[in-house]
Amino acid sequence: MEWEVVIGLETHTQLQTNTKIFSGASVKYGAEPNTQACEVSIALPGVLPVLNKEAVNCAIKFGLAINAEIAPRSVFARKNYFYPDLPKGYQISQFELPVVGKGAVTIQVPAVGKNPAYEKVVNITRAHLEEDAGKSVHGAVEGMSGIDLNRAGTPLLEIVTEPDMRSAAEAVAYAKKLHELVQWIGICDGNMQEGSFRCDVNVSVRKKGSDKLGTRREIKNLNSFKFMTQAIEYETRWQIETLEDGGTIHQATVLFNPDTGETRAMRSKEEANDYRYFPDPDLLPLEITEADKARVQAQMPELPEAMKARFEAQFGLTGYDAASLTASRELANYFVATVNKGAEAKPAANWVMGAISAKLNAEEKPLADSPVSAEQLASLLKRIADNTISNNAAKQVFEAMWNSEGEVDTIIEAKGLKQVSDTGAIEAIIDEVLAANAAMVEEFKAGKEKAFNALVGQAMKASKGKANPAQVNELLKKKLTT
Amino acid sequence: MSNTSLTNSSLFQLSQMLASKSISSVELTQTFLNRIDTFNPNINAYIALDQDKTLAQAKTADVRIAAGNAEPLTGIPIAQKDIFCAKGWQTTCGSKMLANFIAPYDAHVITQFDNAGAVNLGKTNMDEFAMGSSNETSYFGGVKNPWDFSRVPGGSSGGSAAAVAARLCAAATGTDTGGSIRQPASLCGFTGLKPTYGVVSRYGMIAFASSLDQAGPMAKSAQDCALMMNVMAGFDERDSTSLNRAKEDYTRELAKPLHGLKIGLPKEYFAEGLDTSVATVIEAAIAEYKKLGAEIVEISLPNTGLSIPVYYVLAPAEASSNLSRYDGVRYGHRAAEYTDLMDMYNKSRAEGFGAEVKRRILIGTYVLSAGYYDAYYLKAQQIRRLIAQDFVEAFKQCDVIMGPAAPSTAFKAGEKVDDPVAMYLQDIYTISTNLAGLPGMSVPAGFSNGLPVGLQIIGNYFDEARMLNVAHQYQQVTDWHTQMPELSMPKEVA
Amino acid sequence: MALSIEDIKKIAHLARIEVSDSEAAATLTKLTGILGLIEQMQAVDTTGIVPMSHSQDLAQRLREDVVTKTNQREEFQKIAPVLGNGSSEKAVDHGLYLVPKVIE
Repeated sequence: MEWEVVIGLETHTQLQTNTKIFSGASVKYGAEPNTQACEVSIALPGVLPVLNKEAVNCAIKFGLAINAEIAPRSVFARKNYFYPDLPKGYQISQFELPVVGKGAVTIQVPAVGKNPAYEKVVNITRAHLEEDAGKSVHGAVEGMSGIDLNRAGTPLLEIVTEPDMRSAAEAVAYAKKLHELVQWIGICDGNMQEGSFRCDVNVSVRKKGSDKLGTRREIKNLNSFKFMTQAIEYETRWQIETLEDGGTIHQATVLFNPDTGETRAMRSKEEANDYRYFPDPDLLPLEITEADKARVQAQMPELPEAMKARFEAQFGLTGYDAASLTASRELANYFVATVNKGAEAKPAANWVMGAISAKLNAEEKPLADSPVSAEQLASLLKRIADNTISNNAAKQVFEAMWNSEGEVDTIIEAKGLKQVSDTGAIEAIIDEVLAANAAMVEEFKAGKEKAFNALVGQAMKASKGKANPAQVNELLKKKLTT
Repeated sequence: MSNTSLTNSSLFQLSQMLASKSISSVELTQTFLNRIDTFNPNINAYIALDQDKTLAQAKTADVRIAAGNAEPLTGIPIAQKDIFCAKGWQTTCGSKMLANFIAPYDAHVITQFDNAGAVNLGKTNMDEFAMGSSNETSYFGGVKNPWDFSRVPGGSSGGSAAAVAARLCAAATGTDTGGSIRQPASLCGFTGLKPTYGVVSRYGMIAFASSLDQAGPMAKSAQDCALMMNVMAGFDERDSTSLNRAKEDYTRELAKPLHGLKIGLPKEYFAEGLDTSVATVIEAAIAEYKKLGAEIVEISLPNTGLSIPVYYVLAPAEASSNLSRYDGVRYGHRAAEYTDLMDMYNKSRAEGFGAEVKRRILIGTYVLSAGYYDAYYLKAQQIRRLIAQDFVEAFKQCDVIMGPAAPSTAFKAGEKVDDPVAMYLQDIYTISTNLAGLPGMSVPAGFSNGLPVGLQIIGNYFDEARMLNVAHQYQQVTDWHTQMPELSMPKEVA
Repeated sequence: MALSIEDIKKIAHLARIEVSDSEAAATLTKLTGILGLIEQMQAVDTTGIVPMSHSQDLAQRLREDVVTKTNQREEFQKIAPVLGNGSSEKAVDHGLYLVPKVIE
């Protein structure tokens, strides 16, 4: 029996604002419990919400980034339920009229085993603004939970997809793409450990070929791509086995346990909720005009797809190179800076994706902490271009620069890596080599082409690798054929 | 001058006495505090009194007056409905849930009075969370109607109403969600105004039904209400529904003559259900207006009857959500014994809320619950528009609308407590203005067997200044608003 | 739509208000009366009428994204409820509000 898994994601992205969505309290992470819980955050009697302009701008940015309909008029609604981290007893969210409507995101699904990499479009159903809840801290006092409301009211954009994904790989590719996009357009810091980017994954299975959806179970709050893969794979297996054993799937909210690698239903969500949504009478409809959109559009950075296309056209890079360079905004900016400082695009691309990335990976450093700046890399590449140093020498210079031993030219001097391009000097070396290797010269004259390369090698060796290989070739030919 | 004539003076007169230093704010305040000592134990108009805080404010006011930068209300003792958070004051909203709640911040209205230099005399009794029309749902006990201690003062602003009528304050604040300023003003015989929704900030005013709640003045005369409005009204960025309009002087039109004023009389307000003796008083008041040169137009507000059903869907729905924050976690009542989280919620809320509040939370929860939303909530919001539309049509034919503020005079305590529906019908003439967001007021228009009757004046949006003018001109030719109940000295004092 | 005792219990649970059987019965009669009043609405044809949420037809005002609140934890936790279950301590610990264990 062939099964197909159907996956949709709901992602909560914390928006990069200074203050909460409905109050002037700071949203800085890591403060002492409840020190950023103002009267609105703790829902004192009589307090009222006022909407944060920057949160709205973030929503517009996202809508523009995925070519979505941005609602000219959207409405905030109350989602009513009791939970200690929800101080008002309702969450201010959007229900019938969300700020961002239908849009789409194109994802690159990497090759797995013999299956090649491919592109896929994931449709976005909607994205709406809402407030985050506080946090429950367990174990502080025996048998009790402690409530910290610093996070309560932090602006969230909840991004909901259609059930378009058909494998854990696709789901993770989408999540990664979204994760990059929200950082690229500067609306979310993407810090998954701190909960800035949290994914709920809806998983259901059905027989291949069937067009109706199976009962879904929602895996809550996945905060790493690794866990997402494990959780989806476990959940999929579990659902298929359950069905094949003649069982039925019941709609449920489940949690993933990284230690056991298993999912289990949440007890607090056992009873079906009746959220009693209704328009929040404390807030008026949010109106977004064409002018508002234009204003935000003007602040938007060039988006990854556009930049990728530009790199291919402008610098003649391959689609693959352009894609990898635009995998993150930092990487792309670093590459562009290197080129702007006078480096040729193709070598720059190779060095950024090669030496730089390798070093960063090895030392687990973010690009921001690279000891070699774009400007320094550019000056190195220029020295290769103007024949001052050979590619091999360049590798040594790069090593030295990485260990902060100084600027390119000083290192070249210090290490004496300058290429010898002075014809006289090279001829002298060649004459010595020819004299010392009469046998090889004979072989060459007898037609053994290999002997020529051997002689080049000898000459390079004699120059301690400093001679310009091209010149050595040329002069040696001349001497042997005249 | 005698203490009674002092406590009976208008805000305007008191302001002049304070300015001319013929009396100090401390003296004036003390006079009211003494009167409260004497009569409040019987009337129960106040929930919270704090002589030290109050007198300290009076002293500050005297300094400000001496410094010569006094405003009209500087040094005048005002009673605050206990629905307004006032920093350092017990703020209970008439509920056991908040019986020990000391507000850590000031409501916008409180700040406005502080800035004006007014003195906070105390927090007045009210129906629990403003849900009631007789003040009988208060956790702190009922309030006596100063005109007849066996009767209710109306509600929900019953404490403020009794305090104004019994001269236990110079003036008071109230809030009006379905008639809570106008109906008690009618039952206790003084002038009360519910402004256009959004004119007075709701920040710090404990929410009942957010889309209907509006604070307003409760005072002896239209002129006093105008002076109060000058302090209370104004834009507040902390309330998203606060209207950003230019500050206005609500006294500016008081003196205008009423020649040619078009008064609309909605036939629905004089139909069956209206006490005939009340009708007689209202008709006499209309006759008085004719003498003042007003024209009478008969109009119709066809959907008036629907205002009560609509209100009893929308207000409880909003309230059920607004009152969810009272969960015993961060402040307010938490049950003494509980087994787990669910039990803590269920017990804390069951113990902290009174019967009427629970009823309304349950109705609100029901009408919003899955499967009923469209039939109840959405339907009610649609009819709300029809009701608002009635007024748009009406104001094409008249400048102001007049009628009774309440269908009867003050009723006996306990008479309607077990019959919510009968109680709700008290608001038949006042609720529709809340649904439309229009301003309305009640003006003393006479008596029926010794009990006050209020004339309701409904104006178009932002027409408060004109309404106050219309009421003021009437009060220039009548003296109903100057009459006060005879309060017999309690035995132990006499 | 006639209410039953079960409906009352269900609503009371949604609203987190404990009701005894006798309370539920008493509430049922009162709520039935009120719902009778409300039912009058059903007679009105409201097809095509835009629901009215606010009396003023205005758009939401937006707040500048500037921090205006300072730490008032001490002030706010002075009014925290008493823990209960035999303890007369306030229901706070190290700045956290204390509630019975939250089960996920």
